[in-house]
Amino acid sequence: MANEEKFQDVKIQGVIERISGPLVVAKGMLGASMYDVVHIGEIGLIGEIVELKEDTASIQAYEETSGLKPGEPVICLGEPLSVELGPGIIEQFYDGIQRPLELIEKAAKSHFISRGINVPAIDRGKKWKFTPKVKAGDLVEEGDVLGVVQETVIVEHRIMVPHGLRGTVKSIRAGDLTVEETAAVIEYKGVQHEVKMLQRWPVRTPRPVTRRLPPNVPMSTGQRVVDAFFPIALGGTACVPGPFGSGKTVIQHQFAKWAQAQIVVYVGCGERGNEMTDVLLEFPELEDPQSGHPLMKRTTLIANTSNMPVAAREASIYTAITLAEYYRDMGYSVALMADSTSRWAEALREMSGRLEEMPGEEGYPAYLGTRLASFYERAGRCIVKGKDGKEGSISVIGAVSPPGGDLSEPVTQNTLRVTKVFWGLDANLAYQRHFPAINWLSSYSLYTETLDEYWNGRFDDEWSGLRIQAMSLLEEEDQLREVVRLVGIDALSKEERMVLETAKSLREDFLHQNAFHEVDTYASMDKQFRMLKTIIRFHHAGMDALKKGAPMNELFNLPVREQIARMRYLEEKHIDRIDKLEDTIKEEINRLVPDAAAFKGGEQNVA
Amino acid sequence: MLPKEYRTISGLSGPLMMVENTADVRYDELVEIELANGEKRRGRVLEIESTRALVQVFEGTSGIDVEGTKARFLGGVLMLPVARDMLGRVFNGRGEPIDGGANLISDKKLDINGMPMNPYSRDFPSEFIQTGISTIDGLNPMVRGQKLPIFSASGLPHNRMAAQIARQAAVIGGGHEDFAVVFAAMGITFEEASFFMEDFRKTGALQRTVLYINLADDPAIERITTPRIALTAAEYLAFECDMHVVVILTDLTNYCEALREISAARKEVPGRRGYPGYLYTDLATMYERAGRLKGKKGSITQIPILTMPEDDKTHPIPDLTGYITEGQIILSRALHRKGIYPPVDVLPSLSRLKDKGIGKDRTREDHADLMNQLFAAYARGKEAKELAVILGEGALTEEDKAFAAFSDVFEDRYIRQGEYENRTIEGTLELGWDLLTMIPTKELKRIRDAYIEKYLKPKLAKSEPGKGDPKQTTSAGAKG
Repeated sequence: MANEEKFQDVKIQGVIERISGPLVVAKGMLGASMYDVVHIGEIGLIGEIVELKEDTASIQAYEETSGLKPGEPVICLGEPLSVELGPGIIEQFYDGIQRPLELIEKAAKSHFISRGINVPAIDRGKKWKFTPKVKAGDLVEEGDVLGVVQETVIVEHRIMVPHGLRGTVKSIRAGDLTVEETAAVIEYKGVQHEVKMLQRWPVRTPRPVTRRLPPNVPMSTGQRVVDAFFPIALGGTACVPGPFGSGKTVIQHQFAKWAQAQIVVYVGCGERGNEMTDVLLEFPELEDPQSGHPLMKRTTLIANTSNMPVAAREASIYTAITLAEYYRDMGYSVALMADSTSRWAEALREMSGRLEEMPGEEGYPAYLGTRLASFYERAGRCIVKGKDGKEGSISVIGAVSPPGGDLSEPVTQNTLRVTKVFWGLDANLAYQRHFPAINWLSSYSLYTETLDEYWNGRFDDEWSGLRIQAMSLLEEEDQLREVVRLVGIDALSKEERMVLETAKSLREDFLHQNAFHEVDTYASMDKQFRMLKTIIRFHHAGMDALKKGAPMNELFNLPVREQIARMRYLEEKHIDRIDKLEDTIKEEINRLVPDAAAFKGGEQNVA
Repeated sequence: MLPKEYRTISGLSGPLMMVENTADVRYDELVEIELANGEKRRGRVLEIESTRALVQVFEGTSGIDVEGTKARFLGGVLMLPVARDMLGRVFNGRGEPIDGGANLISDKKLDINGMPMNPYSRDFPSEFIQTGISTIDGLNPMVRGQKLPIFSASGLPHNRMAAQIARQAAVIGGGHEDFAVVFAAMGITFEEASFFMEDFRKTGALQRTVLYINLADDPAIERITTPRIALTAAEYLAFECDMHVVVILTDLTNYCEALREISAARKEVPGRRGYPGYLYTDLATMYERAGRLKGKKGSITQIPILTMPEDDKTHPIPDLTGYITEGQIILSRALHRKGIYPPVDVLPSLSRLKDKGIGKDRTREDHADLMNQLFAAYARGKEAKELAVILGEGALTEEDKAFAAFSDVFEDRYIRQGEYENRTIEGTLELGWDLLTMIPTKELKRIRDAYIEKYLKPKLAKSEPGKGDPKQTTSAGAKG
């Protein structure tokens, strides 16, 4: 094994006692700590200690254990499971324990993942152009930027003083360096510390920050139902539960594509292999609406598909959030998509069962809730470490796959307790091919009010009013439809029919969004605002006209309505055309009102 | 070196056997068990605790005693000998020929558990497969490398439908020469098995088919290995012989029952409805073996069939399957009662990879919009009809009436088709446009204007929707 020289001085070596699926029990492990990484057996499978009893350690193996036998050695590396941090993370495609899948393919010389493969997470040979940002003699503290590396066209990778270190810069280099070469030397109390671009961090420990900030800045996603009705803030947490086929993954992909974040970490946790391949092939092609460069230039992918070892699935979530924290510490806004946290919880359940722990609800371990909470708590907007007080954020969007679509199950319930936004996916909407199938009546966002302030500032104080009107129209529609179901459409008044028409228009022309349509897939806030305004204007103008005796059916069939329906296909550069619809609305409705002159007066209220 | 023989069997429970004082036994190792009467069975190691090994016996434990039975640990995992000559042969659930032919001569043996495909090495499935069935081709298009299960229930014609797909499946512009079917039966009845064999034989499909048959009266535990054997054969044919393989697995429900049996015997903490907590992972290790690989010509497309207990889609088996597979075709008892074949319940059915396989240069540019519109229109029509049941037709608006009429004709002409009727994709698309003429053009919101202009033929537009006017279009029954 190539590990030999690396682990020469390792003292703790035990022997395998028991093997049961991904659980390996080893004896003679005295001195090992919880969550230390071990190498199991002669082929050197990677594992992590999850339970210690005297000298017996229970280990979850991150690779398939078939072929192991009692008596084989277990070597403890004396270090918890850590990720490597440094330039080269963006555009990478990792497995659950940060092994680049491309290198696995090369090492295995196969399209299939074989076992015991040891590949570096970050390329050791590649030279990066390091530009110092401090000079010799400067005082630095943890989190300060020593220098930068252009990692991709859009991402400037900032090399920071590692946590726990401060002092005076003795020397700093410029020019092409590998990640293992010393970039700077920092002296503190007479001791010199070499700082390299490559740093490590244990995945289960959150990286510290200076101060946390309230979530009052929106993170727009280009998805109308989300941005307009159930927005998420920078540093916020959201949960997307839904039965299969309701479009969870498409929504996650949409967020990864269009969310207004500088860095995107996408973790496919126990999901389909083809979906990850889809992301991998599609993201280099798609253009980021903010930078104009391919989306992949700001994305890192972590895949532990459902057929890959179950324990590594558990680790993948932590790997992902640690990478996200690292970029947050550089002062970036990071969006993390986890699809799906249910599979992660199932991995917990499986290990817990094999450890013969007392099960909680539905066989899940009793600590499911705390684990979920401590994961979501690693999100947030904050002032990161460092003298210059940079602001960074991690927004987490976790998909949940409740069995049978039943939201009362433990994973959903525990997730809802800690997340602030709930996008409830509805199978019935999905059957009607209303996508995104986010139910507007059951979903909520606790950020709505704080973010209204932000958008009102941008849209002349009109935003929250429009949103509330639209929402109440949809509520009203729900009640009216109940009436229609009981006594028929004829029982409704003209005004109520108008409410139904507008609500339908809101649903079909605004909330419905086609992720696969080249234009419709993304809508800027400017466009969303204009669209919503136009629909509500038509409603008011229509109501007014009805009161003045305009014929209902003709009103509903005005040609302008077809234009309203096609607003969403207008390209971003033409959105000012939506503004012109207002005049068309007035004009066409005026023609319907018997006494146009009389209507002129009412029009003032509308405009 | 001869493997050591153990006579130290200490306990038997359900399909499990405990062997004591073992040395050098590996996890997942294959075990040969020799009964006192000379009969040989096989098993695998499920768990080892220092010198005790827990063995799962594939053929079941009946007849095994603790005294006279011997266990030999064979060193490796269960391997399947593979060769191109598997095509046209019939094997039992353990991979032994049962068609009276000679044993397979192979130069290669593969681990039946396979290895996970590296997601980096996958190639995204995007080649449209024409099945000749409108509800699949038009509304839930299937692509090479996809896993698309059929959710059925007892008494529904899922077997006929699976056979029809196996018979008709073709890629546009592709030939038949490199196409193979791997068929794995788990716990189905002799009658069902012979239906497939007969159908394959009759249509000449048998030469390009490999069958693995575990019948209802074969040992239940054997069912755990049957699909894995079939998929190993499929992987060999696809990635080493460059063939496009369709794998039909039926019936997954029986497989899961067997898994539950083992889990219960091991006294594991059960998940929902007594199924083990790792049911998802276990199913995924099979379903995820579908796909395409970069630089390889072949592909594996999976059509698992499962019967939903009590037609319940939220039962753990269909539920977990739906979370892993790329969509699902759901059969409806209501349509079946109306005498409609294939009784595909269009609304909850879904193909997740549809958008990659259709459109310009694949099927036709208007396919996606048309598909969305047909779905929306059918959903609205069904809703309107429900309303009409409560309030009477009079309560419907003119539009709703049009949609209601549309949904009837849609079921009758689009969903319904003959068991041997092989519609081309053009035929299916034209049929869709034809039916859309029953709906006011203004309501066609899911379709781009350009396509409406190009494809919508106004000939039926003004006529009274519904009865008495089905101007049979030439394309509807076009043969492929």
